[in-house]
Amino acid sequence: MSAQIDGTPNTGASTEDFLLELRSEEIPARMQEKARADLAALFEARLNALNLPFASIESYATPRRLALIVRGVAAMTAAASEERKGPRADAPAQAIEGFLRSTGLSREQLVERDDGKGNKVLFAVIDRPGIVAGSVLASAITSAITAFPWPKSMRWGAASSSTESLRWVRPLQGIIALLGDKLVPVEIAGVKSASVTVGHRFHHPGGITIGSAADYIEKLRACHVIVDGAERRNIIALGAKMAAQKAGLTLIEDEGLLYENAGLTEWPMPLLGRFDEAFLDVPPEVIQLTARVNQKYFVCRDAAGKLANAFVCVANIDAADGGEKIVEGNQKVLAARLSDARFFYETDLKTRLEDLTPKLEKIVFHEKLGTVADKVDRVAKLARWLVESNIVTPAKAGVSGDGAGQEPHEIPASAGMTELADMAERAARLAKADLVTGMVGEFPELQGLMGGYYAAAQGEPAAVAEAIRDHYKPVGQGDDVPTAPVTVAVSLADKLDTIAGFFLIGEMPTGSRDPFALRRASLAVIRTIEEAGLRLALNSAVVEATKLHARNYGTRLAVIRQAVASKAARAIASTPQQQQEIEAAIVSSPSFRPSEEDESIAVFVSAAAETPPNVLDFFADRLKVQQKEAGVRHDLIDAVFALGGEDDLVRLLARVKALQSFVTSEDGRNLLAGYKRAANILKKESWAPGEVADNEIYEAEPAEAALREALDAAEPKAEAAVEAEDYEAAMAALASLRAPIDKFFDDVTVVDPDEFKREMRLGLLARIRDAVNNVADFSKIEG
Amino acid sequence: MAQPLSFQRMILTLHDYWAEKGCVILQPYDMRMGAGTFHPATTLRALGPEPWNAAFVQPCRRPTDGRYGENPNRLQHYYQYQVILKPSPSDLQNLYLGSLAAIGIDFTKHDIRFVEDDWESPTLGAWGLGWEVWCDGMEVTQFTYFQQMGGFDCKPVAGELTYGLERLAMYIQNVDSVYDLAFNDQGVSYGDVFLENEKQMSKYNFEVADTETLFEGFRKAVAECENCLANNVPIAAYEQAIEASHLFNLLQARGVISVAERQAYIGRVRDLAKGSCEAWIQHMTPTWQAKYPEWTV
Repeated sequence: MSAQIDGTPNTGASTEDFLLELRSEEIPARMQEKARADLAALFEARLNALNLPFASIESYATPRRLALIVRGVAAMTAAASEERKGPRADAPAQAIEGFLRSTGLSREQLVERDDGKGNKVLFAVIDRPGIVAGSVLASAITSAITAFPWPKSMRWGAASSSTESLRWVRPLQGIIALLGDKLVPVEIAGVKSASVTVGHRFHHPGGITIGSAADYIEKLRACHVIVDGAERRNIIALGAKMAAQKAGLTLIEDEGLLYENAGLTEWPMPLLGRFDEAFLDVPPEVIQLTARVNQKYFVCRDAAGKLANAFVCVANIDAADGGEKIVEGNQKVLAARLSDARFFYETDLKTRLEDLTPKLEKIVFHEKLGTVADKVDRVAKLARWLVESNIVTPAKAGVSGDGAGQEPHEIPASAGMTELADMAERAARLAKADLVTGMVGEFPELQGLMGGYYAAAQGEPAAVAEAIRDHYKPVGQGDDVPTAPVTVAVSLADKLDTIAGFFLIGEMPTGSRDPFALRRASLAVIRTIEEAGLRLALNSAVVEATKLHARNYGTRLAVIRQAVASKAARAIASTPQQQQEIEAAIVSSPSFRPSEEDESIAVFVSAAAETPPNVLDFFADRLKVQQKEAGVRHDLIDAVFALGGEDDLVRLLARVKALQSFVTSEDGRNLLAGYKRAANILKKESWAPGEVADNEIYEAEPAEAALREALDAAEPKAEAAVEAEDYEAAMAALASLRAPIDKFFDDVTVVDPDEFKREMRLGLLARIRDAVNNVADFSKIEG
Repeated sequence: MAQPLSFQRMILTLHDYWAEKGCVILQPYDMRMGAGTFHPATTLRALGPEPWNAAFVQPCRRPTDGRYGENPNRLQHYYQYQVILKPSPSDLQNLYLGSLAAIGIDFTKHDIRFVEDDWESPTLGAWGLGWEVWCDGMEVTQFTYFQQMGGFDCKPVAGELTYGLERLAMYIQNVDSVYDLAFNDQGVSYGDVFLENEKQMSKYNFEVADTETLFEGFRKAVAECENCLANNVPIAAYEQAIEASHLFNLLQARGVISVAERQAYIGRVRDLAKGSCEAWIQHMTPTWQAKYPEWTV
């Protein structure tokens, strides 16, 4: 579809269509759609600014051209007349001269008018005639080309002797600019507008003369160029589907590939090719990725739904031999790619994952947080801790079904905590090993997935292989959340370790900067906890992760000290014996510290023991964002968060949920109103619990007594319900206060002249406030 | 298509074609380097205002790509055909396509595509925009408009074509292994010429090369580059940058450079290359400005 912009409908007499084609060397496929929209938008803005009426704008892109058609362009911009009042005719010469200067007119051109008070006043009448469409369009072309927002642009040719020369995405070769059938003359960077373009690079390399916007698309089609990208995408989608069908297969559709291939072709011809069935031993994801990323091919499924040994490539030519040579060539290229992939796969299979882990010591995770091997060690310990602290249990996760999109391998109910802890630790220890396999080196996006395949192949339990495969999940918002217990333990541990670590070294996200994707990680943690219903004090988990960082850091520091000392000793000593002695002396010297680490030591020591409080705030913020997107009112989340000390997400969300349904009920709304009234009065009276002599007795009014009774009954109920995490019951207990509160405010004067009565009644209001606040901080609730 | 061109005939055909178009036909540079772009005829000549059109074959050494002669597509030593045209001519794409036709590619039966591929060389401080050219899905040429070299704007911009000669020949001759290529028309294969070389050099690169010697060589190349810069002989300085770059590649193949150190080494080589380019520009500016008074850095 072309970009369609509706302009001011032109009611004037004759209008014409305008055609612009900017022809260049091949525009990157990924940039074409945006460029097309940008071109239309630039023209729309420009024509509107210059007051040239038009009916609509459409735009197109192919690899070699951007085109724009403005329909219904008016012949001219509207003529305008402006009147400006000047000084009186008898004003001093200086004033009149100033007015003449500012209007650019001469004295004779000014008009004298009576101002109704008998004075002659000078007026300037300035006529702005309409500008012909051609010159407006010429200026629009120039400004669009010079201001075009290409994501990357370049200079070229002789003109590039100056860095001021025109920049375009690739060398600009031709401009067609026709208003009706008339040329709009422009010249930009040596390229003059004309009515001639070229057809398909090989089918029709010669010039084509375009008559007007009306014949542009069809003339090019006759010369093997489909101007409209949407049409090319349809041809590819349909052609690829048919090619697969003819071979008895089903095409695996891929929107991204459609766009990419449509951006690489002016005359798309989908062709089906085959590859050796033997390659199907390689995991299907690898084949698909190789075909897609390296070659931009579609792949197919067979009748049984399995990946077939076929692909569809999209040529840019209707070949003389029907595409035989092209298919042959593409088959060869894919075969070479797949044998590379198979080579990696088979080579990788020869090494057990645990034998790869030493290589992780050479990959720096972050200079202050150690290597990937360090991370693996921390994650393994944390995953075990999550199980041993009864947070991830065989029963709690895994029973809820297929969260990860594939059947989770449930731990049999008989499996004990120890077994689960062992599996979680095992999976964590192997989870990053695939980073140093050949396959992941080639295709980083296969991390996790390949580890899962290799783990299964070396006979790891299914739950362990699955945890390795899925431990990065959930990656994005739409991604599956793991629920299998081993996977949950490893996935949570991995992300908590990352978050705790980066907070520890002060690398928290700020504004739009989040280089270590900590927001995504924390959201993943929240979703995983929520989905699996894990009862987890986030605070203690972060503390645990932080402690592991501190311990791991201590170990690393010892290694560094040893290495530095050893190097120094080697330089000084003349015998091995001496070297050992010197080394030992250096290491044990309290004043010896490898310099760069000094600062970090202080950070770690002070931070390790307790959670940096901002980690929990950070989680709270993420939770608010996430819940807000899920339709939960942020003030309710605030009301629950304001209670403080709550870091059990499941409990917190249950409370928010109960609160949401309560405050939207009639009881809830009225109670909230009563609460606010009570709180306001207390605030106004600056009430504080004071000494009240209880021997003074007065007769309470009925409504007052009733409220006291209601409070006596509701308070313990609400408290017990909160204790039992039954928030509906807590709300119900509060709801029972609503009628007595309303009656109390109707019948009783709180601020009684009698100080004692006043004190007693304010005390009652305080009880209302406190009882309500025990469930949620109602002062944060809006409305 | 008649008898497909042999490997050497293909090179000679390209030489004839580009000589016809006004290129200087150079012989390979007599140093070990990772890509034709390192050739001073490309790197240094891409700087400055003077027109420059050259074509040459450059042997390339990629120690880590060695496969002991066992992989049909990967070699630690292979040939690139380089064409550099400054300023980039307005019909460069057609000139290039003409060269493909000259070596026997039939555009009515083959699918030629220009697929976005922006080129960047961190070790040369250089970048450009362009494409990889596909023939039936296979990358046969890197096509680049240089924008910067050694950190300096190219004024004017040069167009660079880098043909992968072995791949192109395998395609034209329709063979599946590089070693099966006909090197000439008298029965000598690419394998006859290079298989033993691949075996021995792979072993040398991965197993034998003495790492202390290599480290020492790297240090010496760095020192010598600085010595040359201090004495205002930028071409000689640049040669030392090439040397350092290759020794770094060898050290990588020997697996003795850690991930953390890698960046530091690349940075060191880039500094040498940039320093050489800067010195080259300074050295040449009077000459350039005498002929092109408008020209500035």
